Amino acid sequence: MNLITALTSPVGRKVLTGATGIGLVAFVIAHMIGNLSYLPGPEAYNGYAHKLLSLGWIFYTIEILLALCFLLHAIIGISIQIRRWQARPVGYKMYKSAGKPSRSGYSARSMIFTGIILLGFLILHLISFKYGPGVAEGYTATLDNGESVRDLHRLMTEKFKEPLYAFGYPIIMILLGMHMRHGVWSALQSLGMMSRRLSPYLYALAAILGVFVAVGFLFVPLYIYFLV
Amino acid sequence: MIINLRVWRQEGPESPGKLVDYTVPEASEHMSFLELLDVLNEQLLADGEEPVEFDSDCREGICGSCGLMVAGIAHGPQKRTAVCQLHMRSFKDGDTITVEPFRARAFPVIRDLVVDRSAFDRIITAHGYVSVTTGSAPDANAIPIPKDTADEAMDYATCIGCGACVAACPNGSASLFTAAKIAHLGLLPQGEVESPQRVTAMVNQMDAEGFGDCSNYAECEAVCPKGISVAGIASMRRAYMKGLLSG
Repeated sequence: MNLITALTSPVGRKVLTGATGIGLVAFVIAHMIGNLSYLPGPEAYNGYAHKLLSLGWIFYTIEILLALCFLLHAIIGISIQIRRWQARPVGYKMYKSAGKPSRSGYSARSMIFTGIILLGFLILHLISFKYGPGVAEGYTATLDNGESVRDLHRLMTEKFKEPLYAFGYPIIMILLGMHMRHGVWSALQSLGMMSRRLSPYLYALAAILGVFVAVGFLFVPLYIYFLV
Repeated sequence: MIINLRVWRQEGPESPGKLVDYTVPEASEHMSFLELLDVLNEQLLADGEEPVEFDSDCREGICGSCGLMVAGIAHGPQKRTAVCQLHMRSFKDGDTITVEPFRARAFPVIRDLVVDRSAFDRIITAHGYVSVTTGSAPDANAIPIPKDTADEAMDYATCIGCGACVAACPNGSASLFTAAKIAHLGLLPQGEVESPQRVTAMVNQMDAEGFGDCSNYAECEAVCPKGISVAGIASMRRAYMKGLLSG
């Protein structure tokens, strides 16, 4: 079997979506925990960000891998939606979910919408933070060891003092939680890690992870807006 | 009981169709849904109108011929029941029930509620079988098979190929049907030998027929008259990847 044919087959597409999705989930969890280092203060947060950058080639390799994951995940996700339109040109006048054991709740049905919103958000997010003001614009902090680094703590505080960021960002994070609620279970099913016995546990795990990540990300912006 | 029906009428594959309202004034709660349509057709014939075309054969839920979208759900609201075994006691006097054909590009409407499901036959023809030299019948239990495995294979073998999984899938995917066939043959030692070729051939045919991708909604399992589990789809993916790795 030709590798390209296999990867573009109905099974291959799902395996790739699932595998890239798992990679993105790992990133999102790491990012969420990293964000929490805002709470102890500027030294911890700026130090953490600086340490990540000083990983050098390891950091850049992970960055490239993540970018590939995002790209593939989005392209295949959109292609699945296009095939969906093609597969049923005449729709139903009346359609209802048959209920349990169906997993097609709000999260499952909105994957393409939450996905596209998250993609748009990602671009804006990179512009405002990763490619936002840095040392050149005067956002400089000095670590305890005397090193002069980019003051991300200040940038984050300023951004989340703006209501649009403070409230817009949590809404997006709830959408991310929803995307993960179906996505995590779906990825495990797509990678074949599913049996009749495991299914309910993995479905529950997906919900727990979705809530865990959404709440973790909600915390810092609301903390900054109301308490800093 | 009085039952109001909104039935999809379409003269031929290319003609436009529409929902038409009918009333069956003397329905009985003991009737199956197909018997209700039989009564409707008697009424239509008596009035000199064309009867509503629909598929049916055994009418005992084992042949897979029948299949309708009843009130928005494939095979109707009762779980693990083909529409021929759905009885009018599942509805209330005066209910209005919408009846539509199974819809998918790979299941074109032939007339009214009848769709062409030969795409499924072509998936089976691709490799939905075990190649064995047939001789005289072998001794029972000549090949020992653990009870759990035999049971699991039997669960997948209960697929009657009705197409409800495709009809209910928001993506119009045939993954549950294909996976059930692959699992039922691949779980047993006689069928396992050809598993890699079988999975590849059947998945490729499913793709070629124009069915959509699976998004793991599991809506198929919810409407399957045999309650076939989406765990079969996961095992199809495992088998497909194994085939890929082993070349």
